[in-house]
Order: sequence, then C-alpha cells, then structure tokens
Amino acid sequence: MDAIKIESLTKRYRDVIAVDSLSLCIGEGELFSLLGVNGAGKTTTIKMLSCLTEPTSGNAYLLGKSIRQDTAEVKSLIAVSPQETAVAPGLSVRENLELMCGVHGFTKDKQNAKINELTELLGLEGVISRKAGKLSGGWQRRLSIAMALISEPKILFLDEPTLGLDVIARSDLWDLIRSLKGNITIILTTHYMEEAEALSDRIAIMKDGTLLVCDTAENIKAAVGVDDFEQAFIRIVKGALQ
Amino acid sequence: MKMLSFAKRNTKEILRDPLTVIFGLGFPLVVLLLLSAIQANIPVPMFEIEQLTPGISVFGLSFMTLFSATLIAKDRGGSLLQRLYTTPLKPIDFILGYTLPIVPFAVAQSGICYIVAIILGLDITVNILFSVAFVIPISILFIALGLLFGSILTDKQVGGICGALLTNLSAWLSGTWFDLELVGGTFKDIAYALPFVHAVELERAVLMGHFADIFPHLWWVLGYAIAALAIAVLLFLRQMKK
Repeated sequence: MDAIKIESLTKRYRDVIAVDSLSLCIGEGELFSLLGVNGAGKTTTIKMLSCLTEPTSGNAYLLGKSIRQDTAEVKSLIAVSPQETAVAPGLSVRENLELMCGVHGFTKDKQNAKINELTELLGLEGVISRKAGKLSGGWQRRLSIAMALISEPKILFLDEPTLGLDVIARSDLWDLIRSLKGNITIILTTHYMEEAEALSDRIAIMKDGTLLVCDTAENIKAAVGVDDFEQAFIRIVKGALQ
Repeated sequence: MKMLSFAKRNTKEILRDPLTVIFGLGFPLVVLLLLSAIQANIPVPMFEIEQLTPGISVFGLSFMTLFSATLIAKDRGGSLLQRLYTTPLKPIDFILGYTLPIVPFAVAQSGICYIVAIILGLDITVNILFSVAFVIPISILFIALGLLFGSILTDKQVGGICGALLTNLSAWLSGTWFDLELVGGTFKDIAYALPFVHAVELERAVLMGHFADIFPHLWWVLGYAIAALAIAVLLFLRQMKK
C-alpha cells in the first residue's frame, strides 16, 4: 500500500493558487523530499497532508485514510516537526517530551520508556534537564524531532529541519534522519539541494504550486543532462523540462 | 488526561514567568497598601478596607486576562500550537487547557489579597471565604477575555491592549478608585453596561454578607463571561483552521 496517495490536491487563497492539482504517490518507508523556491507550495502541501489546512479541492489518503473525512485517524498516524522549532520554551527537555506523551494519552510506564528511548536515540541525555528555550538551534531541532517521534508515527513530516543550523549540527541531523529511514515514511521539505540529494529516495520539485518533476536525484540529473543536482534544480525551475 | 497534560504545561509556563508573579500578585497588593495608607491619612469611605478589598481583588483579575492572552498569542506566534493541532487534542481540550490553570491562580491571588486586607484591619468572617469563591465566575470572565484577545492579537499587541488598556479600563469603570456617581451621566451608564463594576459590587455584597444584593450583578458577570467565552471559542477555532 502507498503510504500517501495524493489526488488532484488544490489549495486556493482568494486569487492565489498555493497548490495546483497535485497528484503523486509515496511508498511506505520512503524518504521523500519536496523541493522548490519560496512560495512553491511545499509547506502548504504539508499543512494539507497533516490536516492543518483544509484543501480547496482534491483529496489525499494517508495509509488509506482521507485527510478530509478521517482527520482523527490521520492525526493518529502522523507527526509533524514544523518549520520553526516547535518546543515549549519554558519547559525542560524532559517536560517537553512528557507534554507530548501526555497529549497522546500514554501511561506513566510507557511515557518513561519512550522518553528514555528517544533521549538515547537523539543523544539528549546531556540537556534533559535544561530549559528548551535556552538550548542552541541544533539542540532545539533535535528536541523538536524527538517530540514528533513520541507518538511512534507511521508518517513523519519534517519541514526544513536543518534550516539555520551549522554544518556539524546539520550533519548530526542527517545521521539521525538516515537512522529513521525505512522504518517511517518521511516527507522532508528543504531549501538545501545537497540535503535532498543525500537523504532522499525520491524528490519532487514544485514551482508556483505545480509539480514539475518527481523522480530519483540521479534520474532528475540525467533528464536535465547535468551532473550537479543544484544545476538540475535551477534548470528545471527555470523551465528546462517544459 | 490529554487536556490535563496541556493544562499542566500552561501552568508551568505561567508560573515560570517572573513578571506573572510580580504583576499578578505584587501589583494589586501595592495598590491595596497605597490606598490603605491614603485612607489612614485622609479617610475616604470608598477606601475603607471592606470597600476597597473587593475592588482590588477584581482589579487583580485583569492580569489574568493579560496572562492568558499573552500565553495564547505567544503560542500562536511560534509553531508549538501547530504541532499540537496535529495531535489527538480536540478544540475543547485547548480551550479548557488554557482556561483551567489560571482559575487557581486567580483564587490564590484573591486569597492573598484578602489575607493582606486582614492584616490591614479587615474583620475576619466566613464571608471572606465566600468572596474568594465568588472570584471563580469573575475570573472566568477575565480569562475568557484573554482567550479572545490572545486568539486575534500578537503577543506585542496583547501587551498594549490587555496590559495597558484593559487593566486601566477595568479599573476606571469598576467604581473602585472613585465613585461612579461623582462622574455620573454617560460615563456611569457605560460603566454599568460593562461587567467590571458589577463584579466589584458582587464581591462587596458577598463580603458584607448581603447575599440578596448579589443580584443582578451576578447575572451581568455570568452573562458577559458566557458571551466572552463563546466569542473566544469561535475566534480560537477560526485561527485553528487558518
């Protein structure tokens, strides 16, 4: 079964079409990247798929559940790590994780087990008692992803997870994302071409709400006839495949 | 359980903000002490401790509006709410989660206010306990106003509207600082068309043990509280869908 099946998904804001009749399928366990310049429709697509924004028309099915009719079921399957770091700044790292366990209705035992597991997976032991608002950007991103993983999602949306991070923090997060690959279907949006190329099984490139291409990085480069993925992206966005 | 986890987080965020303690507890007490000092030198019937304390107690509740509005506006400004919207939390969980943590804080603030008033000479009667209990419906009104403003304003705007304008308006129009009869006319009509003076007169009636006199003030307070809460819920739901 496809993890995500998108059928003519459209979002219109008055005169602006943010996403225009998007259709594609994403397999289970796939790491799928959405690329595009600002305003391409990446974040709007993620917001629709995670039931944060209602589509104007079309539909999408996450593991068979409709984002329009089965909102509660969809929410139980997914987790989102939003573009900005979404942590409670006044709470400690542990309290942030406890908050997410609580809103998912975990028992005390399950909560402790899950927090221990994710603390170890994301290397949060050293900052577990520190206030989230006092952490560096890299640690806040790690915490943000840990909070997303609390609910054991089948599908994880990572909206620009490495934005603004230094090269070491970015490399660490790449390792983390790679470690999740295969177990969870991951939808990643990013502005970094090398990130998409290094991590993704397939990449979709959007412009003005429209899907321009969807394939592996190698195939996209081959289709444009260049060796560098960034060049391929630039040419596609400028109309090379039209 | 899920709602309580969210409410617990909100309690921590509020209590860990030092301005909350300084303004929420300290400022009303400073005003109480100052006006009592004036009363000691130049006796004014309005500033007699049994007249003044209910007014200060209600004035202190205007800070509950500031706290709830600031918390919601800050949450809206960041991405934490976006993350929580993708969890199984329902709209009612958000409303209760923001409202309930502030009620005990309002009761505690009122309790401290009456304890200080006792030190300043207020007779100890069981009516003090009833007065503190009647703070609960009044606090719902002020918290609902916070939900309402927090759903439409940014945290900076909240500082101006709730921190400056509402605290002053609720004070001037409450009949605590000066007798509304002295101004009379349209000003008095406006004051009596709003809930603040009714909240003070309700508290005064309870403290004096004149329980027959709590009407119609209680109806005004409850009416405004229900209306404010209903509008706040609608506005919160609207921004949730944005």
